[in-house]
Amino acid sequence: MTELSLAASPERTEPAAAVLAPRPRRRRRLGPGRTSARGLALGPLLLVAAWTVGSATGLVDPATLSPPWTVVTTAAELVADGRLQSNLLTSVQRAAIALVLGVGLGVALALVAGLSRVGEAIVDGPVQIKRAVPTLALIPLAIIWFGIGEEMKIIMIALSVFVPVYINTHAALRGVDLRFVELAESVGLSRREFVRRVALPGALPGFFTGLRLAVTVSWTALVVVEQVNATSGIGYLMTQARTYGQTEIIVVGLVVYALFGLVGDLAVRAAERRALSWRRSLGS
Amino acid sequence: MATLTGQLTTVRARGLTRGFDGRAVLDRVDLDIRKGEFIALLGRSGSGKSTLLRALAELDDGVAGSGDLEVPAERAVVFQDSRLLPWARVLDNVVLGLDGADARDRGRAALAEVGLAGRERAWPNELSGGEQQRVALARSLVREPALLLADEPFGALDALTRIKMHHLLRELYDRHRPAVLLVTHDVEEAVTLADRVLVLDAGRVAVDRPIPLDRPRHAADPQFVAHRESLLSALGVDR
Repeated sequence: MTELSLAASPERTEPAAAVLAPRPRRRRRLGPGRTSARGLALGPLLLVAAWTVGSATGLVDPATLSPPWTVVTTAAELVADGRLQSNLLTSVQRAAIALVLGVGLGVALALVAGLSRVGEAIVDGPVQIKRAVPTLALIPLAIIWFGIGEEMKIIMIALSVFVPVYINTHAALRGVDLRFVELAESVGLSRREFVRRVALPGALPGFFTGLRLAVTVSWTALVVVEQVNATSGIGYLMTQARTYGQTEIIVVGLVVYALFGLVGDLAVRAAERRALSWRRSLGS
Repeated sequence: MATLTGQLTTVRARGLTRGFDGRAVLDRVDLDIRKGEFIALLGRSGSGKSTLLRALAELDDGVAGSGDLEVPAERAVVFQDSRLLPWARVLDNVVLGLDGADARDRGRAALAEVGLAGRERAWPNELSGGEQQRVALARSLVREPALLLADEPFGALDALTRIKMHHLLRELYDRHRPAVLLVTHDVEEAVTLADRVLVLDAGRVAVDRPIPLDRPRHAADPQFVAHRESLLSALGVDR
């Protein structure tokens, strides 16, 4: 606070303008402080370091978990023969299509349930039931209904994805401040304007929480459906590797899942920061 | 609701009763507010002054009650908290619910009137408490209300900011001449700003007193002091 930099040289006589030079940001004494990209990478890097050291010293048996360098060379081989890219592309496509469908479904149902009592009575119960049933348990039925093709996989992933989007968006819509509802009434907003100006922007933080969970869920659901029956995709690659006891390929698959999960989460967080730039809170 | 009895009356309430849980908070209140009249409504907490304001704002759906009430359709409310949508920029808050091609221009003009020209694109939480309340005033004025209802609008502001806001409110009132009902617990604020002061006690209008003092008003003026002291004693404060 003391070093307000004023660039007044002694020769000058006119009053110097206040200089707004960037000052070093002090760490906030209370509260968690700012998050940085570097800080977020620390935990994962420590994990990789422990893995490397464990493998190098022989603490980790290569038959249990392949050492990182083997994983890297295996990944390079898989890239060289094109198997990694083609399977990854399939997986990313499945996840992306299912994510779009699932998020759309989740938001639509949350709007129905969040903005009308009748809607809530109809929608909320079935969603809670769906939430209680594990995706894996639905697969036998899904195969009978939708076959074993792409539709089944995408539908299964989308059905897992919409749940966190629905839950969080619905809760946020229900939690819109009554004071703002009163304000909307006092300025005579129509129902449509109220939804557009008050309810939706007010529910946006909840939606983004749901979206972050949904991105992660789309990947985990992908593993489930790709390992049950598939002829392509990262999950298929890993299932095959298991059959032939190739742990290094399994680990490559795990690393790819992890990387894409992290990248997806970072992307959603970046979008969230942009969309919610009006918020100033401890986390930002 | 819109059929007003006289050209000179903006608000007409007869036997207005409102209650919660079987207890009457407003008890057969009769109230006329003339066009362009500035009224301050005083009362101890629990006297029903906010209930009366909310009744006039028609924000009390579902509250039990009876009586006749005529209020103009063009009315605006200023709340104790500025109640700005935190996710909307200042100008968007001001023009909330307005339509018409010139809405944003009118919003800009209203912001300039409250001294916030150039802050149109700021987020509400970048503003100080006083600035936020000025945006709320701009949001009310841009609607050109016939009746401005203000529920302790300066209650959360510091003393210096409050004095500035008094000047601003009176200035805006002189320019636009809406009828004003200002709910406050601050007797000095009431005597400074209003042309007529009502004291609500146990749901009834206990005092209805015109304040015919010249402007600008000074709290040290003996007549000002006389009004203040008699209103304070009506509120049960004996000194």
